Amino acid sequence: MATAQDRAQAPGSGLNDDIGEAKRLAMYRSQLRIREAEQRAYDLFLQNLVKGTSHLSLGQEAVASGFAEAMQKGDLSFCTYRGHAHTLARCVSVEKVLGELMQRDNGLMRGKGGSMHLTSEEHGVMGSYAIIGAHLPIACGAAWRAQYKGDKDVSVCFFGDGTTNIGAFHEALNFAAIWKLPVVFVCENNLYMEYTPIGDVTAVPHPAADRAGSYGLERIIIDGNDADVVYRTAQRAFSRARAGEGPSLIEALTYRHSGHSRADPAKYRPEGELEKWKQRDPIKIYRERLQQFGVSDKVIAEIDASVRQEVDDATETCKAAPMPPADILTTDVYADGGWAWRN
Amino acid sequence: MPEITYRDAVIRGIAQEMARDNDVVFLGEDVAKAGGVFKATVGLYEQFGPLRVRDTPISEQAILGAAMGAAMTGLKPIAEIMFSDFFAVCFDYIANEFPKSRYMSNGQTKCPLVVRTGNGAGSRFGAQHSQSVENWCMMIPGLKVVAPSSPVDVIGLLAAAVRDPDPVIFLEHKSLYATKGEVPDGEIVDRLGTAKIVRPGRDATILALALMVPRAVEAAERLKAEHGIDCEVIDVRSLVPLDTQTILASVAKTHRLFTVEENPRLCGWGAEIVSIVADEAFYDLDGPPVRITTPHIPLPAADILEDMVLPTAERIVETVRRSLQS
Repeated sequence: MATAQDRAQAPGSGLNDDIGEAKRLAMYRSQLRIREAEQRAYDLFLQNLVKGTSHLSLGQEAVASGFAEAMQKGDLSFCTYRGHAHTLARCVSVEKVLGELMQRDNGLMRGKGGSMHLTSEEHGVMGSYAIIGAHLPIACGAAWRAQYKGDKDVSVCFFGDGTTNIGAFHEALNFAAIWKLPVVFVCENNLYMEYTPIGDVTAVPHPAADRAGSYGLERIIIDGNDADVVYRTAQRAFSRARAGEGPSLIEALTYRHSGHSRADPAKYRPEGELEKWKQRDPIKIYRERLQQFGVSDKVIAEIDASVRQEVDDATETCKAAPMPPADILTTDVYADGGWAWRN
Repeated sequence: MPEITYRDAVIRGIAQEMARDNDVVFLGEDVAKAGGVFKATVGLYEQFGPLRVRDTPISEQAILGAAMGAAMTGLKPIAEIMFSDFFAVCFDYIANEFPKSRYMSNGQTKCPLVVRTGNGAGSRFGAQHSQSVENWCMMIPGLKVVAPSSPVDVIGLLAAAVRDPDPVIFLEHKSLYATKGEVPDGEIVDRLGTAKIVRPGRDATILALALMVPRAVEAAERLKAEHGIDCEVIDVRSLVPLDTQTILASVAKTHRLFTVEENPRLCGWGAEIVSIVADEAFYDLDGPPVRITTPHIPLPAADILEDMVLPTAERIVETVRRSLQS
């Protein structure tokens, strides 16, 4: 959990201002952008404008924003099917993300990937992977390239608690440890493997952290709803990776406010659990944090308004955007741009 | 021209590409210090060092996943999966990740890598270390699939695979490692998607792949000598891309088609080619196309049993003879 240092203490009145106002405002804006865009995605789904499946990160914004704000340009994000938050956190536009969810031609991948596969390499978002665990070894490979070429970027791989019980998780952890790769594994423990409490299906109480020792790694558990805690943890892990000291495995405790996917009303949750976690809503925590640091209500209100404007504008742009044309069906199967498998 | 083994051709092909391009790296189980369980990578570790030739744990998902991550970000990895049967434990990468990332990302993601693997029967290893899995790979859009039958093709096609911008599954036949063939000196680079007419003929077209190529050639020689039937043998070499033009031109000339496939019967590569010929060259045919395959059973371990099920030169001769003389 958060260390004493992470609990905000006022300077003069003991506040720890190691992060600085500019970064704090960016972190607030980032979390709010995710919140508003995810909520909008849900609303658009109810209007049948977002189709297919979607897995929202409502309630988990602090993990995405804390890590993304600690990343440098060139650092790489590897996400899961619950990847909207991490994509937005790397500054991909709301329009591109909503466009993809709304299956429009202005979407990030013009409708060819969909909600579960958001990718924006120019922003360092190296894909969202919908097969549990698949991207942990892939992140190892990107980190291997950095190590081999002497590049200083770090590969950051986000996944849920359910991923810790699949083989690829364990293969990747061992692999990253023995090769001392500059990769950071981030388990977002939201307490549920899809519809099942993670504790019901896991041999240890902390699905990621309790496995760290098996791979010679430090046991790290943090408050994933406090973006400052996440940010500081990320910085430490990135420094370690850039210094050639190898991988880190971080378990961030958080909670998703919605169901697993759009089809899930999350009726399996015990009475009062959601309400308890909403008291620890990352946006609420962070708004109070800004106020503690003396950020005026006016500045906060301006950020709120500009984020809502961005999401509203993106929504209208996407609603007006055309559907993808048939001629992209057969493009980019192979590197020559086409799909020819014979002469 | 000097002769080398298929095994040494693998070493030479990898070495040729690693010497040419520092971005080519190689990983797999027992491939570095031990030189590979089939001794097909001996000396590479000594020549290119521990940063470029790396032993991995028994973690096939980590091997292929790491190869993909490296390929996406700028390297040109060659990954070895010791036995092609083990594709089943890392099939996510082969079926879901390598071939679909470019498409799903609308062209953003690249995946220039080669997966080398020991494929096929003849070593008496039983049902889980002997399979011919080319059809597992051929059915997936986005992959390329190559299976050489001779040392010179091993080098040339391996070089082409490494230089190719797409993921390539490179199937080496375990029972060919010890076979020899002529290989010219100097750099050898072939082209994917090209079949090779290894024996010209007029009366029937026999398509074969990997270990079935020498058996088809032997059968063709016997059919000529013993029955006066002059067969054209085509080494398909590359299942994806598929050189249909060479095949269709041959069928237009011979009017008969036979496929010799080591894979179990259902959904073998020959079925796809027969369907193409039926669609596009039906009126060129003077008789039904015939597929000669391993029966649809798991492979047995005992030598006497294994030898009964793989297509042999004898079976090819009998099938072609009966078919043409009926």
